Amino acid sequence: MPEEENNITCDCKISNRVISKNGVDLFTRQDGNLNDFLISAYEHFRLNYPKFYKMDNLCRLGLLAAEILLRDSFKKENYRPEEVGIVLANSHSSLDTDLKYYETTRGFASPSLFVYTLPNIVMGEICIRHKFKGENALFIQRKFNPEFIQEYVRDLLNNNILQACICGWVDLFAERHEAILYLIEKGSADLSREQKLNPK
Amino acid sequence: MDDPVYVIGIGLISAIGSNVQETLNSFEQGRPGMRPISLLRTRHDKEIPTAEVPFSNEELAEKAGLATHISRTALLGTIAGRQAMLDAWIFSESGRSNSYRIGLVSANTVGGMDKTEDFFRLYLTNHGKGKLRNIVNHECGRITEITADELGIKDFVTTISTACSSSANSIALGARLIRDNQLDLVVAGGVDALSRFTLNGFNSLMILDQEFCKPFDENRKGLNLGEGAGYLVLSSEKALKALGKEPYCLLSGYANANDAYHQTASSPEGTGSWLAMKKALDRAGLNPGDIDYINLHGTGTQNNDIAEGTAIKNLFAPHYPKMSSTKSFTGHTLGACGGIEAVFSTLSIRHGLVYPNLRFQTQMKELPFAPETRFLKNEPISHVLSNSFGFGGNCTSLVFSGL
Amino acid sequence: MDELIGNLKKQIVQQLNLQDIRPEDIGDDQPLFVEGLGLDSIDALELIVLLQQQYKIKLSNPEEGPKVFYSVKTMADYIRAHRSGLS
Repeated sequence: MPEEENNITCDCKISNRVISKNGVDLFTRQDGNLNDFLISAYEHFRLNYPKFYKMDNLCRLGLLAAEILLRDSFKKENYRPEEVGIVLANSHSSLDTDLKYYETTRGFASPSLFVYTLPNIVMGEICIRHKFKGENALFIQRKFNPEFIQEYVRDLLNNNILQACICGWVDLFAERHEAILYLIEKGSADLSREQKLNPK
Repeated sequence: MDDPVYVIGIGLISAIGSNVQETLNSFEQGRPGMRPISLLRTRHDKEIPTAEVPFSNEELAEKAGLATHISRTALLGTIAGRQAMLDAWIFSESGRSNSYRIGLVSANTVGGMDKTEDFFRLYLTNHGKGKLRNIVNHECGRITEITADELGIKDFVTTISTACSSSANSIALGARLIRDNQLDLVVAGGVDALSRFTLNGFNSLMILDQEFCKPFDENRKGLNLGEGAGYLVLSSEKALKALGKEPYCLLSGYANANDAYHQTASSPEGTGSWLAMKKALDRAGLNPGDIDYINLHGTGTQNNDIAEGTAIKNLFAPHYPKMSSTKSFTGHTLGACGGIEAVFSTLSIRHGLVYPNLRFQTQMKELPFAPETRFLKNEPISHVLSNSFGFGGNCTSLVFSGL
Repeated sequence: MDELIGNLKKQIVQQLNLQDIRPEDIGDDQPLFVEGLGLDSIDALELIVLLQQQYKIKLSNPEEGPKVFYSVKTMADYIRAHRSGLS
């Protein structure tokens, strides 16, 4: 079976409270805490998705990065819902919310925090927002391993399990946060396979 | 045509047995693993039954050959993982582990939470108290690494955490690593131990049955939590021949889909479940009519069973295979259930078994079928579908086929 | 305005993280779920926690939820009917 070319269509990075897309800085806010930064970004980019307020910070970070990644770059109408999937990795799993939830168990355990004590919920939230129904995977790894993720996604695309995939790294603990997302689509071939995920 | 992926070893531990034989005896005698909580220290021990593995940490540590301060999650995983490798003859003369590229793909959702809870209970009363060695293995990934070290697996080790479909996803990844010729053998599955963290959380979601659960029953009231571990050893054709082990069956299909509906609830029509089952069948090159037994996800919650049942109705009508939820025996073992139920599916094919769905009384009014309530032996079973659906809309189906 | 209803609105906004909604925007009879405020099943569970925390009322049967949590007014009626003590 000949390998088909897969294109990295675009990328979005959020770290140190700076949001950039394809290498261009789009938004920053350095005062306040991470929560303030995420909410300001939500308002700045006019997501108009009130559920954002109810999510934990890991989901907010992932949803925001996916939103900016896809906006003006992704033609959803080209795909059926089950053709678009998500492959992510992180190192802190859902620890940030695990601790917040754990605090509540000394009184009344909070159901709305408990539902975010799983790292894959961030993929679920992105899928709900964009109606993606393709394959999901989330790996817990010490650090971002772009080669591993790229290989995994290449396999999904080349085997026609997916036609497009959002992939990368979404990690958050307390104030530390880092999201690096890529959109990879089965390409029309002009960009080469040598193209590499480049987190730098 | 994809290269075949064989199941050549199985290992498990749950509330109904710490090896294959004990487990099959429990099925045959219709003996579930749920009881009042006795090992986990919780204020809910009188109200909520769970399916605890009936051994203390000290007893499990001895079985696992590990120290007693190691998380219960790692103890259970190591016991079941080693069982699977022994069963696959990997430790035999011809199968010395250094002759193959062996991977461990293991899932869990709680990590070392049990030990972390012990630490915090002391630490919060006095910041000078609490043993730090109790929290160094908190992360999900550390649990897998402890087991990998014990089993001597070095070539590839990774952890998947996608809620209750986690270990079914481990098995799917294991199959891909073999088909992609990255590994020859993969120990794949998952583990979870009970913790107050999950018990309180599921209790706050009000989906725990205060009595023994009744999956796929009109009057079901929720799930019972369980714990355990289950692993398959998956093998390439080449490694199979070299080891000389007779395989149990093929892992012929696997697929994952997202329901894209709600963080925890399944969509009413079970879109994600339908997609996972359909795509797994497609990958196996099978039609719904080829399936002889479905090992249901069947948690016993209102929401899961109607969504899964509706998806089955939409995919299989008008002919329904035999089906049952073995969670009526093991409880819901969360990150372990896909692995444990993959072992059940493998045994179903090997011995022609259909497991009973305990305590079933009344057919759900929305569904034109009911689960099997008897333990059946010597059934003609060629293809088994195993479902594992998790929070986050993460839906996975596996298909096992006889040789 | 009814003090209990006023308090409930504030507590709901806080407990459910409805940062885009002001308490005074919630109508006494406005349905809280789906077509109204758009709350979901997890919010319903948080409202159960709210009743327990703030009013010491335990709603043990979730099937009662839809009736009790239909609107702020039905919640207030339920609290008045079940509140223990003299208040």
